[in-house]
Amino acid sequence: MTDWINVILQGVLVGGLYAMFAAGLSLIFGVMRLVNIAHGDLIVLAAYVALVTTEALGIGPLVSLIIVVPLMAVIGYALQRLILNRTLGEDLLPPLLVTFGLSVIIQNGLLALFTADSRKLQAGDIEVATFKLLEGVYVGILPLLQFAVAIAVIAALQFVFYRTALGRAFRATADSPPVAQLMGLDNRHVFGLAMALSLAVVAIAGVFLAIRADFDPSIGPARLIFGFEAVIIGGLGSMWGTFAGGIVLGVAQAIGAHINPGWQILAGHIAFLIILAVRPEGLFPRIRA
Amino acid sequence: MSESPLLFVRDLDAFYGDFQALFGLSMEVRAGEAVAVIGANGAGKSTLLKSIAGLLPARPDAIDFDGAHIGGMPAHAVAARGIALVPEGRGLFASLSVEENLLIGGQLKRPGPWSLQRIYELFPALGERRHFPSTALSGGQQQMVAISRGLMSNPKLLLCDEISLGLAPIIVRDIYARLPAILGEGISLVLVEQDIVQALKATQRVYCLQEGRVALSGAAKELTREAIAAAYFGV
Repeated sequence: MTDWINVILQGVLVGGLYAMFAAGLSLIFGVMRLVNIAHGDLIVLAAYVALVTTEALGIGPLVSLIIVVPLMAVIGYALQRLILNRTLGEDLLPPLLVTFGLSVIIQNGLLALFTADSRKLQAGDIEVATFKLLEGVYVGILPLLQFAVAIAVIAALQFVFYRTALGRAFRATADSPPVAQLMGLDNRHVFGLAMALSLAVVAIAGVFLAIRADFDPSIGPARLIFGFEAVIIGGLGSMWGTFAGGIVLGVAQAIGAHINPGWQILAGHIAFLIILAVRPEGLFPRIRA
Repeated sequence: MSESPLLFVRDLDAFYGDFQALFGLSMEVRAGEAVAVIGANGAGKSTLLKSIAGLLPARPDAIDFDGAHIGGMPAHAVAARGIALVPEGRGLFASLSVEENLLIGGQLKRPGPWSLQRIYELFPALGERRHFPSTALSGGQQQMVAISRGLMSNPKLLLCDEISLGLAPIIVRDIYARLPAILGEGISLVLVEQDIVQALKATQRVYCLQEGRVALSGAAKELTREAIAAAYFGV
């Protein structure tokens, strides 16, 4: 019994990470109808940026967030203004193709710079620290921290979206770009800020990913799929739905892995397909704050 | 020396792809003046407003506003200079509440008389429904939100595209009854209208467009029904 409690608990905690993968993806799609195929590779890029930062400055990965988050946000803004804004229009295909190209470029760029060797961020003692929740049920401090950060990230995004002038600008521009311009909003700038926010979340997700497990330049696309699945399971347009989607995916994978270690990823995909078949609009579609 | 007009449109052409919608159109609006633009469907009235507001490309010197060439400027820059367009069909932000729509209108933070409080005094119905989704309001109230959202940027020039469209006559009269309070703040107004009677009552001068050209212009009180009918239908 405690065995299963452990499994589900681990799944829930990993789900927080998946929710962070998904949140940035969902934000960008919501604001500008852009499907960012390079999202997973940007997560891996953030992990390498953190690797370089920790090695160059001799700081821990969690402290490196102070540098990695703003840096990724700046990269996001520049990426949007210089490249992605040019692809937006009536047609959904150009941004899809361009971000696909970006994905290939990031993967191969990282491969050239860092080789295909697996790397990992070392967070020190916190990685193995645990506390006893019940008899036989232990919770890692790091997964718990990751989960708490995920909740904070989702709550912050929800707050920005529904309680701030920036969020109003995001929603207005998503509703009608031409009318938003009549209100004095420069769409190119608003989209740039949305991508900056998305990549700030990507930075946090990337660092936790890299502390948790080995990474190499090729693992981005799988993170993209997890992100997509979490968004769809949760329902488009709802941040807390995305969070729930991440947890469903995490638990499904944990259960799959417990039955047979080879079934981890498969179990996640099956859960995704079942929800797509039974509730194609997702668990919590479009809840207004 | 006569004072130069606030808005001066000079020899403006406008295109949708290969289709030309305006042909060398010229018009002017003086400070504090209310001007009506009338004409049949497809005469180019909305195109004219979109060109002024920066939603369609134009030659830089084709549109002068407040002493500067603004032709072809992006819409957000035109808005920052003090032109607000109330778009045809209202164009409210559906995922924003009434008050959020107004706040977006005011996000340029141009100084002036209009604030949320002033808007709610002018249209009390909006104050009562400030937290409603904008789409939950009646058509007339939605039009009030659209006009108010334009006013929130404290523009020097307000462009209104068919504010009577799809509304019951009694509602239209109600909205037009508030125009004097708006004009009293020294704002200039361009009204594009199908409802000629309302338009002539509310404005001092009229331009009648026909197939992308000015067919007739003059003081609202002096134009005869026959002259307008001739310019309207091109007979």
